[in-house]
Amino acid sequence: MGVGITVEHLNAFYGKNQALFDVNITVLANHATALIGPSGCGKTTFIRCLNRLHETIPEARVEGKVNIGDLSVYNGTSATQLRRRVGMVFQKPNPFPTMSIYDNVAAGLKLNGFSNRKQLDEVVEKSLNNAALWDEVKDSLHKQSGAGLSGGQQQRLCIARALAVQPEVLLMDEPCSALDPISTGKIEELIFQLKEQYTIVIVTHNMQQAARVAEFTGFFLLGKMIEFGKTEKIFTNPSDKRTEDYVTGRFG
Amino acid sequence: MSDTNSSTAAVLIPHINIPPITLRRRVVDRAMTGVAALTVVVVLVPLFAIFAYLVYKGIGSINVAFLTQTPKPVGEAGGGMANAIVGSMVILAIASLLGVPLGIGAGIFLSEYGRNRYGDIVRFVSDVLNGVPSIVIGIVAYGLVVLPQKHFSALAGGVALAIMMIPTIARTTEQMLLLVPQAIREAAYGLGVARWRTTLSITLRTATSGVITGVMLAFARVAGETAPLLFTAFGNQYWNWKTDQPTAALSLQIFTYAISPFDEWHRQAWAGALVLIVLIVAAVAAVRIAVKHGTLAGA
Repeated sequence: MGVGITVEHLNAFYGKNQALFDVNITVLANHATALIGPSGCGKTTFIRCLNRLHETIPEARVEGKVNIGDLSVYNGTSATQLRRRVGMVFQKPNPFPTMSIYDNVAAGLKLNGFSNRKQLDEVVEKSLNNAALWDEVKDSLHKQSGAGLSGGQQQRLCIARALAVQPEVLLMDEPCSALDPISTGKIEELIFQLKEQYTIVIVTHNMQQAARVAEFTGFFLLGKMIEFGKTEKIFTNPSDKRTEDYVTGRFG
Repeated sequence: MSDTNSSTAAVLIPHINIPPITLRRRVVDRAMTGVAALTVVVVLVPLFAIFAYLVYKGIGSINVAFLTQTPKPVGEAGGGMANAIVGSMVILAIASLLGVPLGIGAGIFLSEYGRNRYGDIVRFVSDVLNGVPSIVIGIVAYGLVVLPQKHFSALAGGVALAIMMIPTIARTTEQMLLLVPQAIREAAYGLGVARWRTTLSITLRTATSGVITGVMLAFARVAGETAPLLFTAFGNQYWNWKTDQPTAALSLQIFTYAISPFDEWHRQAWAGALVLIVLIVAAVAAVRIAVKHGTLAGA
């Protein structure tokens, strides 16, 4: 089951540059929340703060409070412990190039010391099924490298890989930006189903996509969360002029 | 998508005349291609010349006795370099056992944890070490191993060669690990894989073929070294299976025979050189095939 996320007074920095300014947000469990905004506004930085990937960049740091379920992200939780519960799908598909399809999906469990072959087989099949990839790859699980798949398949493989460790939250950073409309459609369908089991935070440049998949939408501009609310409201009746300008395409 | 709804017209790029491809350009193009091909030939000719000359001079002295017997005293015909062939293998195995893990470890440090001042120092020291004459490294191994042990040994020879392998392996490993995209590491972090585990099981594994190239380069380079073995392994006319005793090595045997005044020994030196090259080529090829066998299609 998914868990909720609360973020209070989050500030993020790259060296001396501040990328996020006092972000506050509450994400409901088992819902999809979309983050929109022009390039460079801090959406990606924001979700990378949720699983503490931000701090892996040299000189980068974070201030503020983030709670994911009962975990206090920046207070006494180890980054690896946290990341086992918060999965991530990246903008560009990044399967492990030296691993087979099977090993890619099993990687998260194997590298965390899980080695029960039978259970692994089951998790791999279920994860690939949930990522709508099983039928396409079931005959070449061990023969083919993850990097040998098409772009859309690679992204679904990365989703399967994230699902295999059974996270409670799934962060998706523009998961469809490198994909054609058919693959995009498949992944959106997937997000719809995954909501039942996971809390999803998705960054997207595609506003129709946000409208299609997410119940809640947040609008970022220049590192600030300008507006956050029900997707319907953000797109039809935003309370901030800047949100309105952006969603109607007057700038950005 | 209607992200942009710009009202300003696009600025026209002024028309420029791109000159047609002249005869002169075509001639220069061909000439440069020719020069590039020629440099390849110039580089390869010495290699093949050396190998061909070695075969020509050495093949006649290679026989069963050469590969199975120890050297005969001066004046007696026959004998071989079997003990030196085995000795070389033992010394190289010791060198690889010590040098490969240390070199790869140093390379991992430089790439994953050494993007700072301390890493710069290690990098600089490693490059200097790479330029230290091999005989000096032999003296270091003499001081480190031979003096405390009180006699020459295969271990001392292995240590000397390992010291020579480390900087090459460390620097190539570093470069190969840096080529692995950050996105691959982040994918592993995102799965809750600890950093050390990511480095070993993801980053290093992704860079395997490049790292192995570095290891093979270092191996091939030290395999023919003579100077660092002169007062470490020392050489031996007889069989020796103990790593703490003076041990024969092909390069040492070649050196001893080549500077001797006897024609028979000269011929054996040629044969020894041929065997040495063949062994290096065989070792490198075997590792390459083994690695290729272990990788997946499409990777």
